[in-house]
Amino acid sequence: MHSPVVTTTTGRDLRLDLFRGLALWLIFLDHIPSNVVSWITIRNYGFSDATEIFIFISGYTAAFVYGRAMNERGFVVSGARILKRAWQIYVAHIFLFAIYMAEISYVATSFENPLYAEEMNILDFLKQPDQTIVQALLLKFKPANMDVLPLYIVLLILFPPILWLLQRAPTLALAASAATYVLAWWFNVNLPAYPSGVWYFNPFAWQLLFVFGAWCALGGAARLGPALRSRVTTAVALAYIAFGIVIALTWYLPGFSRLVHLPVWLDDLIYPIDKTNLDVLRFAHFLALAAVTVRFVPRTWPLLNSWALYPAILCGQHSLEVFCLGVFLAFAGHFAMVEVSGAIWMQILISVLGIIVMIGTAALLMWYKAVEGRGSTTRPKSADADLAGGEA
Amino acid sequence: MRVLFAAALAALVFADSASAAERPRCGVPDYLLFGDSQLKRVFGAVVAEKRLRIAVVGTGSSALAGPDGPPSAYPARLEAVLGQRLSGVAVKVVTLLRTRLNAEDLAKGMDKLVVDEKPNLVIWQTGTIDAIRRVDPDTFKLALEEGVDRLHKGGADVILMNMQFSPRTETMIAVGPYADVMRVVAQHYDTPLFDRLGIMRHWSETGAFDLYAAGKDNVLAQRVHDCIARAIAALVINAGRLQAGQ
Repeated sequence: MHSPVVTTTTGRDLRLDLFRGLALWLIFLDHIPSNVVSWITIRNYGFSDATEIFIFISGYTAAFVYGRAMNERGFVVSGARILKRAWQIYVAHIFLFAIYMAEISYVATSFENPLYAEEMNILDFLKQPDQTIVQALLLKFKPANMDVLPLYIVLLILFPPILWLLQRAPTLALAASAATYVLAWWFNVNLPAYPSGVWYFNPFAWQLLFVFGAWCALGGAARLGPALRSRVTTAVALAYIAFGIVIALTWYLPGFSRLVHLPVWLDDLIYPIDKTNLDVLRFAHFLALAAVTVRFVPRTWPLLNSWALYPAILCGQHSLEVFCLGVFLAFAGHFAMVEVSGAIWMQILISVLGIIVMIGTAALLMWYKAVEGRGSTTRPKSADADLAGGEA
Repeated sequence: MRVLFAAALAALVFADSASAAERPRCGVPDYLLFGDSQLKRVFGAVVAEKRLRIAVVGTGSSALAGPDGPPSAYPARLEAVLGQRLSGVAVKVVTLLRTRLNAEDLAKGMDKLVVDEKPNLVIWQTGTIDAIRRVDPDTFKLALEEGVDRLHKGGADVILMNMQFSPRTETMIAVGPYADVMRVVAQHYDTPLFDRLGIMRHWSETGAFDLYAAGKDNVLAQRVHDCIARAIAALVINAGRLQAGQ
């Protein structure tokens, strides 16, 4: 990201697609419970996880695409396109909700085991369908693992004025975003959830990552360039990542946690790590990962054009569809594990198959786009933006 | 590369079937069961009075249905197992089930509980209903703190017990955040956590129990409850610094 992003583009920064594609794979793997393959995902080696990468890159590409649209076509047109995108994501979310309802209803009515009588109360919420379904449509009722898309929807709805401000006074916009984050922490502001509580991803906290991504896309990354290239930054980032690994190891290796006894003050300082409100430790961990990544993976990295990384890049270029598919595949994969076998070979098989299906679907989507693009006589000027815009 | 992958896969499959073939009993590794927290009131009651009163406060997963349910559920089994292991000590376990109540509702009853039952130890099983209803984790945490506080002030030791490992509902009930909160609260109050979630997951992974199995009969459920009771008994003896046979 240290090369300035020119709005008269010379092509996409493939690193964004690559890391978003990888993040989608990791989110998929993390969403399959009791999956041995999820040990490779980054959430086990530090404070942040793939969600941070996904939201940051989404902010970056949203600003990149709609920022150009705002320059060329004005606030109203680009704002309308952003809202249209939010609508698409809303529809996708409701579709996933329907699939979820089907699975949960099936399990709760067909599965019998006296040991789990209590867990079968999961269908309690269907006792008031008038309430629950309306609350789901209002994005207040969200089943497990279905919290990212509602966050994304809210972020996009709020994005037009933020983008407008980012283009005129980027520093002010970023400061306002940081202030919102601090105020959300200070006053405990979050959106209400149903039947109780608040959103799992607090939009007022997580917007910081989205706006920061957007800010980077609109010249911020170039301004950060010298700092990112300094050895001190890299050293600090690496040290922090190492610290994250040490802490994360104490969660999983009981022997290790007895060896490394954290002092009480440090324990109190670290815990609880608040994912809902994008804990500072998580945000900093993402920044450290990003700083190290841009340092060692330049935009012109030859491997970005290699066949080995192409599948991940392809997935990253169709992120909404692949994300939704991943949520569905995690449901379906877990269902297969329950019905067929939960053995380790099955976990590996499902993880690998799921990623192959994600890649295949991304390739299919690309083919559709190519076919439709060929249909029109002159490729519209905004086609490239649409490709990215479709993914913002 | 491909060969390596195949070899790794084969090794994993083999390791998996090997562990299933051994059919381990429901043993629990020490790191999953024991911690540094002590049960001083339990120690006092056992050593000084030769008696131990335990109250289990919990929801549906602390009980089993059917006519043979109550005597085979873990509270009754705990009384039997502890009575055996602590010979000469009068062990009494009472169960106070409050099905479908979340931690906040349960916490409110703790004052009355310590007066009515005068337990030396309260095993507080909670979290499942909160996870199903997606109660705000902060609210859950406050309720736990309030409950543990009241129990300590009322003169009882506390063991927090988290939810069951339920593979079928794993994608539907997000228990993780609630289990984390329980760990944090237990640590803060220096009170033991009975990690039922981790222990049952361990049993599932080592092949001790097939928790994916479906069926109406109580056999699996009774065996699991019996094993849970044995594990709790071991925890009480360890954290109470008691000697079996005392």
